[in-house]
Amino acid sequence: MFARTLLFRLSTALVTLFGVAVVVFVLVRVAPGNPIAMMLPPGATEEDIARLTALYGFDKSLPEQFVIWLGGVLQGDFGTSITLRQPVDQLVLSRLPATLELSVMALFIALALGGAVAVIGARRRGTGTELGLDLGSAAVLSIPDFLWGLLFVLLFGVLWPVLSISGRIDPRIEFEFATRFYVVEGILRGRFDVVGSTLAHMLMPAMALALPLAAMIAQVLKQNLKEVLRLDYTNLSRVHGFSETAVILRDALQNAALPTLTLVGVQFTFLIGGTVIVERLFAYEGLGNMAIDAVINRDLPLIQGIVLVFAVLFIAINLAVDLSYALLNPRLRNG
Amino acid sequence: MTPLFSRRGFLGAAAALTAVLYGAGDVAAQSGDLTIAYNIPVQSWDPTTGPAAVNPVLQSVYLAVFDRFIGQAPDLSFIPGILTEWSFSDDKSTVSMTVRDDAVWHNGTPVTPEDVVWSLQRAANPETGNPMQFVWGKIDNYKIDGNVITADVKEFEPAFFKWMAFLTGFVLPKDYYEEVGAEGFEKAPIGSGPYMVDAFEPGAFVRLKAFPDYWGGAPEYETVTIKFVTDPASRVAEVESGNSDITVNIPYEEYDRLIAKDGLTGEAVPITDIGMIFLNDVDVMLDKNVRLAAHYAIDKQLIIDRLLRGYGVPLATLEAPGYAAFDESITFPYDPEKAKELLAASGYSVDNPVKFTIQTTRGFKPKDYEMIQAIVGMWRKVGIDATIEVYDIAKHYELRATDQLAPAAFYNWGNSIGDPSTATGFSMFGPSPHSVWDSQDLIDKIGPLFSEADEEKRIQGYKDVSAYIAENGYVIPLLQYVMPIVHSDKVKVTPYTSGDLLPQAMTAQ
Repeated sequence: MFARTLLFRLSTALVTLFGVAVVVFVLVRVAPGNPIAMMLPPGATEEDIARLTALYGFDKSLPEQFVIWLGGVLQGDFGTSITLRQPVDQLVLSRLPATLELSVMALFIALALGGAVAVIGARRRGTGTELGLDLGSAAVLSIPDFLWGLLFVLLFGVLWPVLSISGRIDPRIEFEFATRFYVVEGILRGRFDVVGSTLAHMLMPAMALALPLAAMIAQVLKQNLKEVLRLDYTNLSRVHGFSETAVILRDALQNAALPTLTLVGVQFTFLIGGTVIVERLFAYEGLGNMAIDAVINRDLPLIQGIVLVFAVLFIAINLAVDLSYALLNPRLRNG
Repeated sequence: MTPLFSRRGFLGAAAALTAVLYGAGDVAAQSGDLTIAYNIPVQSWDPTTGPAAVNPVLQSVYLAVFDRFIGQAPDLSFIPGILTEWSFSDDKSTVSMTVRDDAVWHNGTPVTPEDVVWSLQRAANPETGNPMQFVWGKIDNYKIDGNVITADVKEFEPAFFKWMAFLTGFVLPKDYYEEVGAEGFEKAPIGSGPYMVDAFEPGAFVRLKAFPDYWGGAPEYETVTIKFVTDPASRVAEVESGNSDITVNIPYEEYDRLIAKDGLTGEAVPITDIGMIFLNDVDVMLDKNVRLAAHYAIDKQLIIDRLLRGYGVPLATLEAPGYAAFDESITFPYDPEKAKELLAASGYSVDNPVKFTIQTTRGFKPKDYEMIQAIVGMWRKVGIDATIEVYDIAKHYELRATDQLAPAAFYNWGNSIGDPSTATGFSMFGPSPHSVWDSQDLIDKIGPLFSEADEEKRIQGYKDVSAYIAENGYVIPLLQYVMPIVHSDKVKVTPYTSGDLLPQAMTAQ
């Protein structure tokens, strides 16, 4: 049953990816602005334009270009970036770890903050504390991530400059990375200066990304907790003498967390989408920052590569959420 | 149940993490180090091919690592680069170039005339993707005699040697490039410039180390880190917090605020960047009265004072002060009454305004959209009703290359060599893909100047064309931009009129 579901989801994922590839390919070509016009020098002639157009393969028809590109993709060749002049797959894979580390750190912060607020809210339900937390969550939710970013830059970058404003690591640190996962590799190789510097650079953008999600988690999880805490089995725990906090953490949290899991999965994809603006603000060298440059420069092969990777990420996350939900939920697990 | 963390353990871990993070933040520059928050990331380390090669803003970084054939002083004058002497023969049929004998590549091998010839031939080869191939292909048949290179002129280009100090005019190492290939060069670029690439994180930073054997003498700062911070607010924060020593291209309001702070100072000099309104030879713009009225109705000084906080120089032509063909006798006054008269002669008035669309970018240049808003307001007072259409710069390039711009379109024209062919010439010469006004009279006047051998006649010819353009209102030059540079008062910065921000021209004070 589980294997059949997995197979079905994987096959639909492939169809989705193909659809994304077609849409992106066509969209970036019909959108205004072409890369050749952007690189024309002052004295360029019609012949120069034709030469550059042919050099980058834009002289062929749209279907021809698509077939060539798709053929390359199927063989692992995503083309060469027009502006960065390197293979697209290498460029995208070199930036992906930065975005993944940032997103995962933001997710952990969101889960920790949102979870803590939900538990406190449920523990203090019906009191002024719950009302205060609800109002706080609503306020946090109403402010977009990039504004949080600007606020953090002002607070922790300028007024109380304890955190780094831009980049991913202190440029003075000498370290040859085997992978691009700075935090993971730093920990594994015992280079805590690398870990510290990377975390110092990631904290503000991760917080900016995490706060809206944390507020959402807090609201949904608290509501679920309150409903579960009305059920008989939690009353039984109370009768057995467990404290209210213990009842929440030991009995209620697991059941209340299941519906939240779906929300977190969906919102995590939005969080990854949010990295585009936040990475730009903090000059963080991730995939989102690269995407903006690619769009500004109309670097069509790079845009296509980045969008495909984002699509794969979104599909993988949704798949993971569905499967984990199936595994965690006994009713679904047993068919 | 044993808790995962005891309260004491949790507090201890939190304190340790705080200490790690606190100590891990970037600190202000140390002695011998310089940190620059720059506004554009290096996209490629080949300064002669692809879009990066023709991006004027990237030239500063390239100039730290590579040498051009011919150099340029802060005032736009030309100085020896890898070439120490250069000239056309009297009959303009050959060129002669002398290569300096004291230049060394970063790998220790000498820069040779063969490197220079290879760089020129590679630039002229259409297959390499050099966007300026049309210039470099104008000479051929190179011969080397000692340190002197001679070549035949296939097509005379008066500004050929000026191009050698301009986009893609860099000398690259022949042997090294052929050994490592294009991909290897991107990963480990070497040049003959004052700085060597020590570390490069694409999209994040480049760390440069002073090259002790540089022919012009080792630069003062041993290590220069150029952080790529594309967001202006973040660049302001970088320099205000002391994380960076220098930043550039920030809003003028922020410039004024920052230079008033202790420890910071600034430079704001006019650069070779011209704000202008292209007029297209379509619709109502075919009416000379409308074109001239649109120009007379604009109070450029007011725009500079109110929107750009005084940072700008009003212009009457596309040639700015310092350019070879700048003519201060050509003026274009603000005269709204004259504008009304001209419009009345064509049957327009405030009650019956002439209507057209003006296109502009928003945020591409300082206050671009706001300037056009102000201009539209000024126009409305004399009888011009313009509709603003906002687009991004990529669309502007595409529309301009296909001659589909609206009757009026805001743009900025850069010209860091100050030659009239690369300003008035290509922007107003119909057959150029960058020209918007394509009338035959201008083609007839500008065309011959592209190959005029007498330099004095060529420059005077462009001055005459500039006067003719102003009389006929074929374009509306607005202002010369000022580039704001904010820096620590411990650093002395030499501003370049070309807009370059060169770490080798910075010293401690």
